[in-house]
Parts: sequence; structure tokens; C-alpha cells
Amino acid sequence: MKNKVITSKDVHLFYDKFEALKGIDLDFNEHEITALIGPSGCGKSTYLRTLNRMNDLIPTAHVSGDIRLRGQDIYAADQDVVQLRKAVGMVFQQPNPFPFSIYDNVVYGLRLAGVKDRATLDEAVETSLKAAAIWDEVKDKLHDSALSLSGGQQQRVCIARVLAVRPDVILMDEPTSALDPISSTQIENMLLELRDQYTIILVTHNMHQASRISDRTAFFLQGELIEVDETKKIFLTPTQKETEDYITGRFG
Amino acid sequence: MAPKKVDKLATGVLYVIAGVIVVILASLLGYILFQGVPHISWHFLTSPAKSFEAGGGIGIQLFNSFYLLLLAMVISVPLALGAGIYLAEYAKKNWLTDVIRTAIEILSSLPSVVVGLFGFLVFVLQFKFGFSILSGALALTMFNLPLLTRNVEDSLRAVSFTQREAGLALGLSRWETVIHVIIPEALPGIITGMILGAGRVFGEAAALIYTAGQSAPALDFGNWNPLNIASPLNPFRPAETLAVHIWKINSEGIQPDAAAVSAGASAVLIIAVLAFNLLARYVGNRIYKKMTAA
Repeated sequence: MKNKVITSKDVHLFYDKFEALKGIDLDFNEHEITALIGPSGCGKSTYLRTLNRMNDLIPTAHVSGDIRLRGQDIYAADQDVVQLRKAVGMVFQQPNPFPFSIYDNVVYGLRLAGVKDRATLDEAVETSLKAAAIWDEVKDKLHDSALSLSGGQQQRVCIARVLAVRPDVILMDEPTSALDPISSTQIENMLLELRDQYTIILVTHNMHQASRISDRTAFFLQGELIEVDETKKIFLTPTQKETEDYITGRFG
Repeated sequence: MAPKKVDKLATGVLYVIAGVIVVILASLLGYILFQGVPHISWHFLTSPAKSFEAGGGIGIQLFNSFYLLLLAMVISVPLALGAGIYLAEYAKKNWLTDVIRTAIEILSSLPSVVVGLFGFLVFVLQFKFGFSILSGALALTMFNLPLLTRNVEDSLRAVSFTQREAGLALGLSRWETVIHVIIPEALPGIITGMILGAGRVFGEAAALIYTAGQSAPALDFGNWNPLNIASPLNPFRPAETLAVHIWKINSEGIQPDAAAVSAGASAVLIIAVLAFNLLARYVGNRIYKKMTAA
């Protein structure tokens, strides 16, 4: 039995009157990659964003249900959202580095947490950039602006920026959909390496990506979780007809 | 007519219109500079004005313009930053913020002479600041604040939402995201707007005639005690600025060389305002480059 890092029960989310999530029960195992798949508008990104409370930014969004990170209710009144987001890092669809140097991007979270020691910061930069598989490409220009990099490199710097604060879980919202195939492959390979240390939850439109790198796959449709299981099982012998239709490309 | 011909015709008309605007602007500038520049000398820029005889300069007016500008910016920049940050980052969309925005729009379209008269009634008479640099600076703040606030708000809004998400997702608080991510990114726009605002304030006359006054008492540039009435730094002394000086010479100047002084002062004013505009572009580009490239 694997350790469950995040558990969620009966998660509903409303945008005003529209019910975007209709009662999701889904748990995530430690040191696994879980892929969330489904057609556009099925709620998979919305669900992902309930896990680090990014939906708090949207005034009309209301979440109910029970979501726990290592047993702790993250929607509890005394939950520090800032602490939560340090524990549950996030990578977005569009690379969004800050308009600073590569170095400053990576150490951003650490500096803010009060780390000043140069050696510690230098080490964090090297470890994080190595883990994000971009160290060799940028080690000679750490003080160049992150915006001068290509999209794929920017995305890996953004991943390094998340890794530097040593989160427990990493949420990824279609992290490769804005990138070319080579950059996507580099990021996929990196995720497989990161799995040993992090729990990764990945929203993807690319079913090959889900089948290549994820351990478990959850299929969402119209705000409901249709099926979740081991990736192999979902792709080879899904139990639900909707899952099979989607995976075989009959709709979606 | 064939679409191609129409296209050519339309392009031609637009070129002509653009050309006419450029020509008008260039001839206006050329005329002022051509008339005024020969009159500019070190003596002209540094000596005090004379009321009845020839040979007066614009030294005190020039100093007053810069000092007033400085004070006005010191007052208005923090206010504009605060208001702009609030409106762009924190304000919820409701009737109150709608009222604030509408008020800012109205304030920014008030004729400057109205701002001047308001300043006269409130700062000069009611608060008993008299015709003084302080009254002038407050009137200029009223004149400048709406545009600056708007500029700050627009610059902040232009920063992509993904940057805010990046900051918050990294565990920054909202305030930290604003201070450490959004403002640095919006800085080129904010600074450009501030310098342009400074140029506008520098050339303003109507708002100052009734507030900072139309006289430029002799100053003792050796005396830097701000409480002394002869000190250049005293904010309670009346202070005619360059723009007001030009207006005054042209309306009631009786110096024999009034026309020449006016032309020279206008040229200095135009050059200063041009310098502000060029500086704004230069600084804005410079900061942007520094942030985005190596």
C-alpha cells in the first residue's frame, strides 16, 4: 500500500451557478506521476487548481468538499495559503519566468524565505537547474535574463524555480503544450527522474504523454471523474465506455 | 474602383495627413527655436529678470520651475503609486471603485485654469499658504495626479496574469507578488509615464498663475535654510516659473527687449520639455532592455 500524499473527497466547485466539478473523489500516491486527462472544459485544470487553492484568485469560484495534504485539511480556516503553495508547487502551461536573471528566478522562493547565504543559494541553483535538466545549457549565463531563453528552456527554468523551494507535490498544468516536441521530450524525461523525490500531478491533453510517463491516469468528463486506475489499465482495458471512447479517439 | 486602387488611395491620404502633422510640428518647433536660441546665453540662463530695462534673464524662473517640479513630484508620485496599485491589484469591481475611476477621469480632464482657481481658493486663501511654491506644488499635484495614477494602473495591468500566478504559486503573498514581481516588470512604463508627467508639469502655466504667483523675488543662492524668505528652498515664497514668466511678459511686459526674452524663454522651455520626452523614451527602453536581455 502506497502512501497517500493528497486525498480529496466529494470536491465540488461552482463558478457562480455553474457546477464545474461535480463531486470528485481522488487520491494521489507518493512518488508517482498521476496524469489527469479529458477533453477541454472537463474540469481537470480546475480540479488541479483546487489542490493549491489557485482558484482562490477567482472571486466567483466556490469550493466544497474535503481536500487533505498529508492528512491536513487545506481548506481549513487556519490554513496558511502561502505555506500550502510552498508545499504544493505549480508549473503552468505558458512558461512564466520573472523578468530577472536565470539565477534570480531560481533562488526567488529561497530569498523570500530569508535565505541569504551565498553558498547555499549557489548550491540550490545548481541542484535545481540540474534536476530540471537545463544546467548544462545555462551554467555559463546564469546572470542573463531568463526571458532571453527559448520557450522550452524557460519552462525548465520555471520548473527549477519550483524545485528550489523543495515542494512536496508538483502540479503541472499542460506544461509542454506550448513547446516543441524536442523540448517536450526533455521535460518528460526530467519528470521521470523527478518522480523519485516528488509527487507529480500532471494535466495533459497529450494522451501519448500520459501513457509514456504516468503511473496512474484519471479521466475527467464534464466535471466528473469517470475512471482512475493504473495508466496501463486505463489505456488497455478501461472499464468505462466513455474512457474507451475518449482514448480511442472516438470523441474529444 | 478596384480594391487595389482604393487601397493605394487610402494609403496615400493617410501619408499626406501624417505628413501635414509632422510639418506643422516641425515648423512650430523650428520657428520657436530659430527665434529663441540666439538669445540664450549663460548670462540669460542665470541672471534674474528685469521689469523695466533690457538685459534681464530667467535664472530664478528656471530654478523655480525645477524646484516646483521636484516638490510636485515628491507629493504626487507616492500618491499615484498607492492609488494605482490599489486600483490595479486590490480594488474589487463595485460601485465604489467605479466612482473612484470616474472621479479620476473627470479630474484628469479638468482645464488647468480651473485647477489653478481651485488651488487659489483652497490652498492660497483657505489654508493661508499664500502665493507660494507649496500652493503651486499642491495645484500641480491635483493636475498631475489623475494622469499619473492612470499611468501606474495601466502599466500594472499590462503585466500578464501569468506573472501574478507565478508569484502566488511560488508561495509569495499578494503584497510580495506586487512589490517583487509586478512592479519591477511594470517599471519601464511607470517611469516613462512619470517623466512625461514631469514634462507636462514643467510646461504648465495656467494652474500656477493663481497659486505659485507671478512674481520672482530675488533669491540668495548662498542661503540654503528653507525657513529663510530669501532662500531658494523656502516653500512659502512666491515663485514665478518659466512658463508663467512667458505668459506674463507677453501679456504685460514693458521691458524694451520683452520679445527677445519671451522668445529665449520659450526656446528654453521647449528644449526642456523635449528633453523630458527624449529622456522618458531613453530611460524606458534602457530599463526594458536591462530586464529582458543580457
